[in-house]
Amino acid sequence: MSSDRERLASACPTQHPPSTVQLAHGGGGRRMRQLIEGVFLPAFANPTLLARHDSAVVDVVPDVTSRGRVALTTDSYVVKPLFFPGGDIGRLAVFGTVNDLAMAGARPLHLTAAFILEEGLALAALRRIVESMRDAATEAGVAIVTGDTKVVDRGKGDGVFITTTGVGLVPPGVDIGPHRVQPGDAVLVSGDLGRHGIAVLSVREGLAFASPIESDCAALASCVAALLAAGVTLHCLRDLTRGGLAAALNEIAMDANVGVLLDEPAIPVSEPVRGACELLGLDPLHVACEGRMTLMVPAASVERALATLGSGAARIGQVVEAHPRVVVLKTGLGGSHTLDLLAGEQLPRIC
Amino acid sequence: MCLGVPGEVLSIASDELRMGRVSFGGVVKEVSLVYAPEAAEGDFVIVHAGFAIGLIDAAAAARVFAYLDALGEVLPEEPHP
Amino acid sequence: MKYVDEYRSGAEARRFIAAIRRVVTRPWSIMEVCGGQTHAIVRFGIEELLPPEVSLLHGPGCPVCVTPCEILDQALALAGRPEVTFCSYGDMLRVPGSDGDLFTVKAKGGDVRVVYSALDALALARQNPAREVVFLAVGFETTAPAHAMAAHRARIDRVRNFSLLVSHVLVPPALAAILSASDRRVDGFLAAGHVCTIMGTDEYERLARDYGVPIVVTGFEPLDLLQGIHMCLRQLEEGRAVVTNQYERAVGPRGNEAARRLLHEVFEVVPRRWRGLGELPASGLALRPSFAAFDATLRFGMSAGAAAEPAECISGLVLQGRKRPTDCPAFGTRCTPDSPVGATMVSAEGACAAYFRYRPRSARDVV
Repeated sequence: MSSDRERLASACPTQHPPSTVQLAHGGGGRRMRQLIEGVFLPAFANPTLLARHDSAVVDVVPDVTSRGRVALTTDSYVVKPLFFPGGDIGRLAVFGTVNDLAMAGARPLHLTAAFILEEGLALAALRRIVESMRDAATEAGVAIVTGDTKVVDRGKGDGVFITTTGVGLVPPGVDIGPHRVQPGDAVLVSGDLGRHGIAVLSVREGLAFASPIESDCAALASCVAALLAAGVTLHCLRDLTRGGLAAALNEIAMDANVGVLLDEPAIPVSEPVRGACELLGLDPLHVACEGRMTLMVPAASVERALATLGSGAARIGQVVEAHPRVVVLKTGLGGSHTLDLLAGEQLPRIC
Repeated sequence: MCLGVPGEVLSIASDELRMGRVSFGGVVKEVSLVYAPEAAEGDFVIVHAGFAIGLIDAAAAARVFAYLDALGEVLPEEPHP
Repeated sequence: MKYVDEYRSGAEARRFIAAIRRVVTRPWSIMEVCGGQTHAIVRFGIEELLPPEVSLLHGPGCPVCVTPCEILDQALALAGRPEVTFCSYGDMLRVPGSDGDLFTVKAKGGDVRVVYSALDALALARQNPAREVVFLAVGFETTAPAHAMAAHRARIDRVRNFSLLVSHVLVPPALAAILSASDRRVDGFLAAGHVCTIMGTDEYERLARDYGVPIVVTGFEPLDLLQGIHMCLRQLEEGRAVVTNQYERAVGPRGNEAARRLLHEVFEVVPRRWRGLGELPASGLALRPSFAAFDATLRFGMSAGAAAEPAECISGLVLQGRKRPTDCPAFGTRCTPDSPVGATMVSAEGACAAYFRYRPRSARDVV
């Protein structure tokens, strides 16, 4: 099919360049080359990418003074709509993977990016996404060193799906993960909850509402580096994505076989996010963030960690020996209940 | 059932559904005020499933706390039904 | 948020709890009949703050839970039709019918949309004249006026590709059914505030008188619930049984007359089957014959087959306050929110699902 289209395209030299993604853009021919040279290379330009080899060849250890272990992570990004207040799928695709590296204490170095484009996607939209990825990569201090593009038939994708893989370097002596969590550790969050999820919902078809809420999507790597530099002992870090704080803490509680006891009034949620949650019947503790993390640190590191994280951060609870693998929320009234994982996506409710 | 959320009326259009902008902690949703004919800008209404179903009576709202204050020694008469 | 935050004050709540302790001298069972109240009770951990004499029972107050299986089967059949765009509140998407839920239909290619309001469904119909837009109209008296307005506007504006699958229920007949049971365990009711915002309190006066039961119209925030409980306990302790109104800020004795007028113009009272309770006379609303053109069952020639409910499930007894969710052998094992067996596990407001999701922790578990 695509080769027929390609032949037709080359038979019509006067044809204007298309304004939307076509199957030919993934067909391996001239259109694909135009897409790569016109959209991706100029945005992501760096020597490794410009070498245009089948593989990006990079130094694992970027300079002679660096040592450490390699961190690797991969993630796929789908979001509807592609653009939302405070971000877009491109920023998510860079920051999400950078943040996964950062949660292991790694300094992010390189990203790869694979795009599944839907036939009919406006090239202007793709350009906007790619430029946004470029800016996000610059912000996070990583280079996008290799990539791939495929095009699927119209109706087979939501405009664009992006998969990014990240490589980072974990400095010697840094060991962060659920295995280090201990009863007595303090539980912190780096900022207020739920902005990303609510920002996306606010522009979703059928639910639209006007709100001052912008997505919190941001890179956390520099923040983690600052914590390490300040001498904070980090036992575990987890970025809050799908399922929000509730999902992150339940995962850690299960992986580390500990209990978590939260103090609900201490959990920071902004007034508009609370308003939107009340309106739609959602629980902010289950709403996604894209630039927030929860931290488990020993009591001695709490003050320094909060000072390094800045004013939005808060101590919200502690790791306990009681009720292993269960997260319990103590409410402002003095009651308490289990904070569970959701069965699925949180849906707006009317009852 | 019936998630009803208090919000402040910001503006009201003059269409047949009396669509109005209502703020919930800064988040603004278009809802119908057709069932709250007496609601005006600045009033608080209870919103359920896209409709304001009633106005909030500010004086009555404060009585929840007055009830508590009066509970001290002698239990007071309850609010009128 | 004004009118929310102040009613969640921990300090005020403690004063109410102290007052509740002072007023109670023996065991009482109080039932709330609103999913929103059930949700708040478990979410704020209110039960564990009450003295042991006070038991809260969670009644049939969640429309998602009481919508009978045959309506869900009709919804699934309609949503699967190629010409239909099926609109529902988010609550209903995971409720299982005889064979799957609306998510299953969506996964098979059905056009299923979550809407916030019936007016959004009507707008979809206007924007897509080639599609048949069907709205799943479930709910209590609170929600019926919203659906009445959608049908009313559709008729005035001649929106011919819009219809409603109606399964509305009414609160007082369910209370009467619970109060009529020979082994009734309910001593007093917290009536659903927002239902009364629409309907007023008249119907409840009759119930209180006929059955000698105190009924307190109650709001949804923690302090509302605690005050409602206190007001109910006072009546019980004093041997009174009248209707009082805790939720004065949003409920007047006559309710919302504009909303009720349109409700009665569009809907008529009919017998209705309740999931878990069976058929109750004069307990539901259906479109009047003058709105037959907007009745999805007529438009698509649906027949109301009867669907059997799972034999193991005790949700009928739970909804009447005769059993607790944890009395069920399937609770939390064979029946969870991920794979619900019965009515009360299907939505977050259902008594079983609320219990499961916010399992109260006993005090010794909490440091």
